[in-house]
Amino acid sequence: MATGIRDKVAIIGMGCSKFGERWADGPEDLMAEAFGECIQDAGIDKTQIQAAWMGCCFDEVGVGKSAIPASFALRLPNIAVSRMENYCASGTEAFRGAVYAVASGAYDITLAIGVEKLKDIGYGGLPEFSSAMGMTYQQWLANMTAPGGFAMLATGYASKYGIDMGDIKRAMAHVSVKSHANGALNPKAHLRKPVTEEQVLNSPHVAYPLGLFDCCGVSDGSACAIVTTPEIAKSLGKKDLVTVKALQLSLSNGTEFAYDWDGAHFITTTKASKEAYKEAGIKNPREEISMMEVHDCFSVTELVTMEDLHISERGKAPKDIMDGFYDLNGKVPCQPDGGLKCFGHPIGASGLRMLYEMYLQLLGRADKRQLPDPKFGLTHNLGGFPFMNVCSIAIVGKYSG
Amino acid sequence: MVGITSYGGYIPRYRLNRMVIVQNMAWYFPVIMAVAGGEKAVANWDEDSVSMAVAAAYDCMAGKDRKGLDGLYFASTTMPFADRLNAGIVAAALNMRENGVNNADYSSCMKSGTTAAIAALEAVKAGTKKNVLVVASDQRRTKMATMFEMFYGDGAAALLFGNKDVIAEFKGSYSINCDFVDHYRGHDKEFDYGYEERWVRDVGYGKIIPEAITGFLAKTKMKIEDFSKVIYPCYFSGTHSAIAQKLGIDKARAQNNLHSVCGDTGAAHPLLLLAAALEEASPGDKLLVASFGQGCDVLAFEVTDKIKDLKPRIGVKGSLANRVELTNYQKFTKFRELITADLGIRGEANPNTSLTLLWRRRKMLLGLVGVRCRKCGTPQYPIYPTCVNPTCWSVNDFEDYEFSDKEAKILMFTGDMLAASVDPPAVYGLISFEGGGRTMLDFTDCNLNQLKVGMKAKMSFRRRVTDNMRGFTGYFWKAVPQVEGGGE
Repeated sequence: MATGIRDKVAIIGMGCSKFGERWADGPEDLMAEAFGECIQDAGIDKTQIQAAWMGCCFDEVGVGKSAIPASFALRLPNIAVSRMENYCASGTEAFRGAVYAVASGAYDITLAIGVEKLKDIGYGGLPEFSSAMGMTYQQWLANMTAPGGFAMLATGYASKYGIDMGDIKRAMAHVSVKSHANGALNPKAHLRKPVTEEQVLNSPHVAYPLGLFDCCGVSDGSACAIVTTPEIAKSLGKKDLVTVKALQLSLSNGTEFAYDWDGAHFITTTKASKEAYKEAGIKNPREEISMMEVHDCFSVTELVTMEDLHISERGKAPKDIMDGFYDLNGKVPCQPDGGLKCFGHPIGASGLRMLYEMYLQLLGRADKRQLPDPKFGLTHNLGGFPFMNVCSIAIVGKYSG
Repeated sequence: MVGITSYGGYIPRYRLNRMVIVQNMAWYFPVIMAVAGGEKAVANWDEDSVSMAVAAAYDCMAGKDRKGLDGLYFASTTMPFADRLNAGIVAAALNMRENGVNNADYSSCMKSGTTAAIAALEAVKAGTKKNVLVVASDQRRTKMATMFEMFYGDGAAALLFGNKDVIAEFKGSYSINCDFVDHYRGHDKEFDYGYEERWVRDVGYGKIIPEAITGFLAKTKMKIEDFSKVIYPCYFSGTHSAIAQKLGIDKARAQNNLHSVCGDTGAAHPLLLLAAALEEASPGDKLLVASFGQGCDVLAFEVTDKIKDLKPRIGVKGSLANRVELTNYQKFTKFRELITADLGIRGEANPNTSLTLLWRRRKMLLGLVGVRCRKCGTPQYPIYPTCVNPTCWSVNDFEDYEFSDKEAKILMFTGDMLAASVDPPAVYGLISFEGGGRTMLDFTDCNLNQLKVGMKAKMSFRRRVTDNMRGFTGYFWKAVPQVEGGGE
């Protein structure tokens, strides 16, 4: 009988590059920057890493296929390195590989590194991805972009709960305002300017009903983690361990898209979060989760996700958001580091960047953003589209063993 | 009895008032002011002769069995492929049988529509075929500030010929074939090259059509007075009247040439005019239709009682009523690629269409044919080996299921300014079909501001890919939201 991942693996080091438009740097520079911080934090030698996982989504434009780019960039000592690609969950997937490898006993110390170099394509937004779903979809699926794919959620949500689009837009605006406020406190964040609700609401349309400020930054960046067992961590002299409490993944199987779905929630997140709470031993997430970094690729994604994580009741996320429940000084602060919205979203790095913030918060190293005595931190990635996606959830917390 | 068993028409929803052309282009060529009355039909940016042909064909096949077709003849001078059966694309969109049928393209002449009709009638008459669908369609690009720009409109018509439930009995035909070249479009040329109008009017339309009709009457011993409608294309209004006068047809019996509401639809026009006449016809009416182009075909029909049993259709009248004014001349010129606008780097993606995949999934990609689970009855699209219903999940136990003629409902939607589109925003969304099944499609012929969740939508076959590098044109289905009281 499987016992889950709770407290079997500890994070002993993390690193995160500055996110942003890193015109002067390539993916190898970003990886080296994140890894430098990480290995120093771990206090081990590179040769002690026995295997690595590299997460990257748009291999065509940035890094290239295979895991060789990470092996080359970090000059890893001819160890096993695998490339993980699962849309926006790629970073968390790399982490899952590294964590599971340690938990299985196959290795003692492993590395997960996520990277994405997006700003080499010459235009705004994500790279054109008509080929990302294979040749069949290429011949028929709607001429879709990421903002458009997620924007549709707002129409589904408004219709399901009979809420005026204006009210949803205001709640979405608050989501962005909150993340900008947090991002402004974070020296590594891509976007560091606070904005007002008025600015968000008056920003130019990208995809109805999303405006420019409802969309996250498109950034270059890398983040990484070194993991081992709590026992080895202790033997390395580590105190105040941060351990993995849950790691869950859920994928669409086509029901949303071709069978039955209300267009107002994520089936995958609803399931993965439930499983994650079970794995972590959390009974009441609204009370027990201390903080979250969720996949706010678009403000509406974050809004809906609050319900799928079983923290806001169905149809009540706009109210919680407007009440400041998810603000930095709220009950469950969401996106304390600025989120995808302001920290930025180099796809393959995002999952690890979220864990980086949770790690800093749990160790009391989050500076101006530091939350009082957090216990559980949740991270969430949503790759693909609301109607066909990959959802990853990780919960980390202080080691209680 | 052999004759027409059904008809259909399609005129695209955009109409360009000719005064808009005049306002924009008369500075360059003031002569266009002489024909500035009325409006012309303009195909949307995602329409072409093939997509419009499919629309007319579906209209024609309303209430008829598409599987019963023995052949499809497609007539047009603006086919997207010089070597690939264009009729085959239309047939695939109709999900026609592949075995035991004969499909053919009739091209390179304004009278190719009527020539295809004669061939179809002869096949049915000979008994070698029972049901032949003739579809004619044209979407001709014209240079700016030309008479052609003023005269030409876009549209398609379809006629089903057979020997059962005939609504208009075939009464014979007569043709003149001569190499009279009023205009031509040479190989590799984008636009028509025309000769002096006075000559075209007097020696072309004004002489050849009357000569052919006179020849027909002599051959069949029929009289012009027998016909309640005489139908012939001629975009010179004066010449149109002069032909009637010459033949002794009073004004009421000369079928309107649709210049004021649609323009001349090329190879489709004689059939489109005939479809319009059939919409108004009563049992016993005799209709005479003539075409024009390197000669003239003349065909006669007598309407039967069966016309009353025909299922309602959109037809020419319905298409004309579904009308949105295109007030922006630049938009028209961009739709026809007469001007260059930047699509952005995102729009440069030019994936090669996989022909192996297109063949393997031709029903799904061209016919919008999904599957229905034999076990749980769930219709589904796209096709995967395992049933999508989570309480079923049976494997490979499906039958074909057509979505193209099903009405749908909008579940969610957006208007995307980031997506590379000729007509931004790119509007798309998730729709659910009446009777089950749902999918994510591009929307077309709609205004984002009018869309609502729950709004009805109909399927429309559209051009999806224009691969200029390889010369390939790809098609798929889009959803057309049905705005109550008409769209904007």
